Amino acid sequence: MMHTLSPTAEPATDIDDVARLVSPEGERIADRELDPWVADIDAEALRGLYRDMTLVRRIDTEGVALQRQGQLGLWAPCQGQEATQVGTARAFRSDDFVFPSYREIGVNFVRGAVASDFVLAWRGEAHSTYNPYDINTATPQIIIGAQSLHAVGYAMGIQIDGTDQVAAAYFGDGATSQGDVNEAMVFASSFRAPVVFVCTNNQWAISEPVTVQAKFPIAGRAPGFGIPSLRVDGNDVLACLAAMRWAVDHARTGNGPVFIEAVTYRMGPHTTSDDPTRYRDKDEVERWRRRDPLTRVEALLRSRGEFAEEFERDVAAEADRWGADVRSACLSARTKQPIEVFDHVYDEPHVGLDVQRAHFAAYLDGFADAAAGGGAR
Amino acid sequence: MTQLTMAKSINEGLRRAMADDPKVLVMGEDIGKLGGVFRVTDGLLDQFGAQRVIDTPLAESGIMGTAVGLAFRGFRPVVEIQFDGFVYPAFDQIVCQVAKLHYRTRGNVTMPITIRIPWAGGVGAAEHHSESPEAYFVHTSGLRVVAVSNPQDAYVMLRQAIASNDPVVYFEPKRLYHQKGEVDLDVDLADAPPMGLARIAREGSDVTLLTYGAQVSTAMDAAIAAEDDGVSIEVIDLRSISPVDYRTVAASVRKTGRVVVTHEAAREAGVGAELIASVTEQCFHYLEAPPVRVTGHDIPYPPAKLEKFHLPDLDRILDAVDRVLDRPNSLTGAEVPS
Repeated sequence: MMHTLSPTAEPATDIDDVARLVSPEGERIADRELDPWVADIDAEALRGLYRDMTLVRRIDTEGVALQRQGQLGLWAPCQGQEATQVGTARAFRSDDFVFPSYREIGVNFVRGAVASDFVLAWRGEAHSTYNPYDINTATPQIIIGAQSLHAVGYAMGIQIDGTDQVAAAYFGDGATSQGDVNEAMVFASSFRAPVVFVCTNNQWAISEPVTVQAKFPIAGRAPGFGIPSLRVDGNDVLACLAAMRWAVDHARTGNGPVFIEAVTYRMGPHTTSDDPTRYRDKDEVERWRRRDPLTRVEALLRSRGEFAEEFERDVAAEADRWGADVRSACLSARTKQPIEVFDHVYDEPHVGLDVQRAHFAAYLDGFADAAAGGGAR
Repeated sequence: MTQLTMAKSINEGLRRAMADDPKVLVMGEDIGKLGGVFRVTDGLLDQFGAQRVIDTPLAESGIMGTAVGLAFRGFRPVVEIQFDGFVYPAFDQIVCQVAKLHYRTRGNVTMPITIRIPWAGGVGAAEHHSESPEAYFVHTSGLRVVAVSNPQDAYVMLRQAIASNDPVVYFEPKRLYHQKGEVDLDVDLADAPPMGLARIAREGSDVTLLTYGAQVSTAMDAAIAAEDDGVSIEVIDLRSISPVDYRTVAASVRKTGRVVVTHEAAREAGVGAELIASVTEQCFHYLEAPPVRVTGHDIPYPPAKLEKFHLPDLDRILDAVDRVLDRPNSLTGAEVPS
């Protein structure tokens, strides 16, 4: 028996060493392991995935535009990652609980977020919009990797309650360097928690290439924690759906945690404050543009004569409605009253904060008196 | 009424909270079979099983982060951090998640997590086992912070902390774990004083002595010693250090006009600094002398053989009392750089 374990794969740069069901050119590739998980996906279902991705891209484009027009403080674009987000999120049941990061626009779209949910936080009107329990999705997490532990804790709760739900955490390649993600895998494995980790390897953590985080394919780490993993083409929505259905089923049926690495690419900047031309070259971006997740589904559908003009027109119209809704939700946002900064710090009365709140209210009232002609203060 | 050690009263608090509410669970390192390194969770595993008495992997951020997930799911986790100096790996989860999730989600998600921390010095321990990190948590909005000083409070305040929908950092002084006291385990929790209220541990008229945790007993000793000297000290056990019950504190200071604060934690930006700033704002015209702090020095916690020179003892407290009374004291005539 060998007692020395050596890495056998080179850095996480081989973007074609992945499970795949649709080639970048739109050809359907058979895969004995994954095919059974998408046997029910007919042309209509595939068009549904195309529609989801198109709408997500439209929301994302609108977000970037609103930021450029000064209506949002910031935006974290997801362009290029639509297949990863839509494909994996379509594998959940509505009563599963998802812990996304801030870039998971497509995940939240699938979970049921409405137009205002995508913009109000970036506009600075609220830290969150939807009630997490309404769509069984936590507020997108900004601290890198922190939510991985929340998903594991939630999954431990599922075990105690004895239900067959699953929890899931989304995080990026950068997050895999965080202690929390590694601790999450230890806890998940120890307790055999029904949790799925989805690592969106989009090749870049702001300016740092994935090779700074990993000298070995990221999916290869999970088995070291006792967690089975799968490396999937993150730009292949069908493969993402199949991989995630396998993973969710594994967790749901009492087999413990699973780790999915979706290999994809962040086509845009980290956020609208970032300038990716400083750290990556155009050729790389162009290479990935040819692997676009939307065009490959379109090509597959076209090759089968299942991409009618009418469908294309309908989706485009629906996308424009989403764009308009997002814009309108942003522009019609009403900023809360100043005194509301004190709301919800605590659930129960707090003598210290109540005094500060009363003082600030009195201070604000002073301006109201002055405005009403009450004279100098 | 029954005689219990503080460790046993906390154990009873956990046991009864778990018996009363199936959503309460405890988690931490070595808390199951071993019953915790201080035996505070002794017997809970047998009574409630491994799903509610969770021996966790050795990772504090992992413990806190999974507690957050359990709270998301509707549980009320009671987390044990094995020693005060081990809480720092969990600091990010406490500050960025536990403290902020209720605010972030506009009240939709509550974080009824109790973070129990065996706390402070005086037990001859190794480095990192005697720290007083309370000011970090007091400075963090969204948390409540309490420190207990006797077995009865330990029991009642633990029950109240677990029942609170807000996260509570619950400091339990290690050096009082084995001290016995009268405990009424059948006290009506609704009738008991809320954990946010301070307690006048001893009435007095000349000086208000503010403190919390194990330092309460040192303060009481100082008050008894001062009485022989004709000085009447009012000792206030703050119990809650965030928020502070300034109603009780200010009433005392307006009566005595003199304030001494003592805690084991270092001085700079400590709880004493906040107490004195607030007391000065609220009671300035009643003060007869500048308030004085008697604290641990601004040093890393020293080796065990030297800790008695770090911890504010009875004599240092009495010296501070002499200072606020303008009686001869250690600084009289001394040239101390200011």
